[in-house]
Amino acid sequence: MTLARHVGIAIIATVVLLALSSKLDSFRQYQLAQVAATVIAVAGLTVLIGISGQISIGHGAFMFIGGYATALIVMHLKWPLAAAILASGLVAGVAGAIMGVAAARLRGPYLAGATLMLAVALPAVAFQWQGVFGGDQGLDFTVSTPGFLGASFQLTEWDAWVCCLSAVIVLVLLANALRSRVGRNWRAVRDNDTAAALAGLNVAKLRVRAFIVSAACAGISGSLLAVTMLNVTPGAFTLALSIQLLTAVVLGGVGSLAGAIWGGIILVLVPPFLTNFANSHGFSAGSASVPIVGYGLVLIVVMLVFPAGIQGGIRRLLGLAGPTAAGQVNALGRRWQLARNPAGRGAAAENPGGRAEAGYQIAASEAAANDGVTEEGTP
Amino acid sequence: MQEFVEFTLGGITDGLIYAAIGLSLVLGWRGTRVLNFAQGGMAMFTSYIALIVVDAGGSYWLGFVVALASGLLLGAVVERVVVRPTAGKPPFNNLIVTIGLLILIEGVAGIIYGSKNRSFPAAYSIVGAKVGNFALGPGSSPSAIFTAASVLAVALLLAALFRFTPVGLRMRASAFSGTVAQLMGVRVGRMTTLGWALAGLIGALAGMLVTPQTFLYPNSMDSIFVLGFTAAVIGGLDSPVGAIVGGLLLGVLLNYVTGYVGSNLPELAGLAILVLVLMFRPTGLFTSTATRQV
Repeated sequence: MTLARHVGIAIIATVVLLALSSKLDSFRQYQLAQVAATVIAVAGLTVLIGISGQISIGHGAFMFIGGYATALIVMHLKWPLAAAILASGLVAGVAGAIMGVAAARLRGPYLAGATLMLAVALPAVAFQWQGVFGGDQGLDFTVSTPGFLGASFQLTEWDAWVCCLSAVIVLVLLANALRSRVGRNWRAVRDNDTAAALAGLNVAKLRVRAFIVSAACAGISGSLLAVTMLNVTPGAFTLALSIQLLTAVVLGGVGSLAGAIWGGIILVLVPPFLTNFANSHGFSAGSASVPIVGYGLVLIVVMLVFPAGIQGGIRRLLGLAGPTAAGQVNALGRRWQLARNPAGRGAAAENPGGRAEAGYQIAASEAAANDGVTEEGTP
Repeated sequence: MQEFVEFTLGGITDGLIYAAIGLSLVLGWRGTRVLNFAQGGMAMFTSYIALIVVDAGGSYWLGFVVALASGLLLGAVVERVVVRPTAGKPPFNNLIVTIGLLILIEGVAGIIYGSKNRSFPAAYSIVGAKVGNFALGPGSSPSAIFTAASVLAVALLLAALFRFTPVGLRMRASAFSGTVAQLMGVRVGRMTTLGWALAGLIGALAGMLVTPQTFLYPNSMDSIFVLGFTAAVIGGLDSPVGAIVGGLLLGVLLNYVTGYVGSNLPELAGLAILVLVLMFRPTGLFTSTATRQV
């Protein structure tokens, strides 16, 4: 039933997006492609953070891997585009498995620091082996539209098709995974890994698997962005890119795939607007940094003021059964209870359903209680 | 042999800079259990402030003092304004907030100062010493000796502060158990702010010491920060002595890697070291708490 619903929504979304892309001019088609590609990475990251309860602030590194893999495959092996994109996702997934094995043993700031380091370190690879990766200039490659669409078919529209279709497929797969056994297991591990292990789940394996899925999404996203731009450079995969992805996840609402779509749209469409605004108000020298400031403000303000993000806000506005809104409040309430009376933790465990964000906070507050110097003394 | 001595001495100098960043992270972590991902960004910003002072005709030392003072102030402000409100919330929230702060500071620096690399003055000459025909490399220059001396001096002062002064005792008490310290009449909030202010000062010192080598641009402290984080983790994230030893080990190891293997790979080698340490000795080399979940 769920599968039928997801596929139904996906078919409608595909038809609408394809119809839409033919109406747009080529710059808007390019932006549509970018939104779709970005949404894939953001969705992958939100699964990692919100569902499996691990953090990565270096997902740009996996986009780097996907982008360079695509460029190298297209240049040297001349595979068809679809195969190149899939292979790039696989390569990034393998890298994610390596990082995931390390990550499965790490928590909170340690994992954040390690992934941050990956994002800072990896672009140097392009400089170390200039012959393969082209150094600062990066790699340029070409793709062409398939013959059956006719010679006059715009490359930007083809890119938009490829990216939108990929995004729809990835989102359907993720949505189903989250509703399936593996999604439930991830939530269980996130909410209480000890309880999950006692229930017979292989916690480390589940964590690594989440990292693989998430890295593969980032790899596909990096691959698609490379295809829309027809080049890859180390400068395109900075730390700022990784933090942008994190911003989109946090802004959309941690753990919500719909939130990932909002986050991806805002991430692509708003920065050029901010840059233009700065340019037209006499800030041209530093205008490229204006969106960066925006990401920083968004991360701080959202976390301090409305941690449920946009999707949480929408749910509350619509008064939807509001698992988020209600769960949010409940989670807050439980957290306070926990904070004041650690014995109340049982109450939180009794109610393990709830929404992504709510669950995350429970998990996080339990982690906080565990991380404290003493169990009872946590203020 | 000459190379080996050169790499070792260079490693000690680099390592002490990583140690300084590590030390600032440890100071913030002990008081609040918050890892300040913006520490490097703050150090970058205070270095820009020093550069403005120097460019405006002030002496290097005036810039140096202004940078350290602004680091102190910035640390306190950051703790009060953005870190304090996350107290009692899940660790995820304060982690995201400090990352937001990092990118905010880098963006603001980009707007104010532009993103091009600027050269930055060093206190002393960076030409290495020679013993006869035997060159000791940049690690033996007056500038390197100044780096080592100032980091060690700060570490000793800090140790003295913690061990011999009433304020240091209160800070240790607050870090050990906030509730108990509060019941004993310690103003825990102030001690936390003081810890972050001192962390800001040490971070600013690290920025002043390393920037002559790296040039100054909004991202200039990113890789120094991640290596300083590694130094702190090697030392256990809880131990100031551990951060210094961790920094020295890391600096020397990375200088061998960049010297003998590949000059572009210090961060990647640092990541490998970090992961190995966390896998095989997750409590770090010098931690005082018996267990920790990493």
